[in-house]
Amino acid sequence: MANSQAMATSFKAEILTALHALGTTVARGGTTADTIKAALYLASASRGAADTAYTATGEVSGTNYSAGGVTVTNATAPTTSGTTGFWTPSASVVYSTVTLSTAFDCVMFYNSTQSNRAISIHTFGSQTVTAGNFTLTMPTNDATNALIRIA
Amino acid sequence: MALINVQLEANGPITQMDESLLERHDGVYEDEDERTTWIEYWIPGTYRPGKIDGYLADRPHRSVHVHLKRPMVFAEGALGQIGG
Repeated sequence: MANSQAMATSFKAEILTALHALGTTVARGGTTADTIKAALYLASASRGAADTAYTATGEVSGTNYSAGGVTVTNATAPTTSGTTGFWTPSASVVYSTVTLSTAFDCVMFYNSTQSNRAISIHTFGSQTVTAGNFTLTMPTNDATNALIRIA
Repeated sequence: MALINVQLEANGPITQMDESLLERHDGVYEDEDERTTWIEYWIPGTYRPGKIDGYLADRPHRSVHVHLKRPMVFAEGALGQIGG
């Protein structure tokens, strides 16, 4: 039996739970889950990989939409399958009875507990909403389709 | 009598109307990234097909449901070679 070089698969899920601290200090020692939020952005905004935190620049505005977006239901622990670590919010993200008249096509998931640090940015076909609900249903939470996947 | 949330004026308050007083039109769009459905309620006789962004006084309600499919992979773990 020979040794094989690899990144531990468990590590890919564990970094999503902040289990590892590879720096010279431990960032925090609490056990309470972080609050994840989802904010919507105009189709004219410039959100992307370079974002490091939530920003109000380019965020949508309108009736019953609160700056910063909504809290994401997070009842599913990150896990692995094969060599992929992954995580998906456990429920749809819903913006209830809003009017968003300017076209938007982007959602940013961010960690409001940890200085609003950005997690991911996702785009979809541009939409407007009038006195209605905007619902974002998550993909299947598996190694092929999960919202966040580290292969 | 089913009530629908409506906004009858741009920037006006959201109120409710009897669904039977409006015309309902549904739509769907699907590609490899998403499946999106929408429900619109129009003032009778004013419906115009096609995707129209923005607030329309004769379309006082529009709800949208986006079902994300398979987002692209965000990271790929890799290791360096010691001594390489």
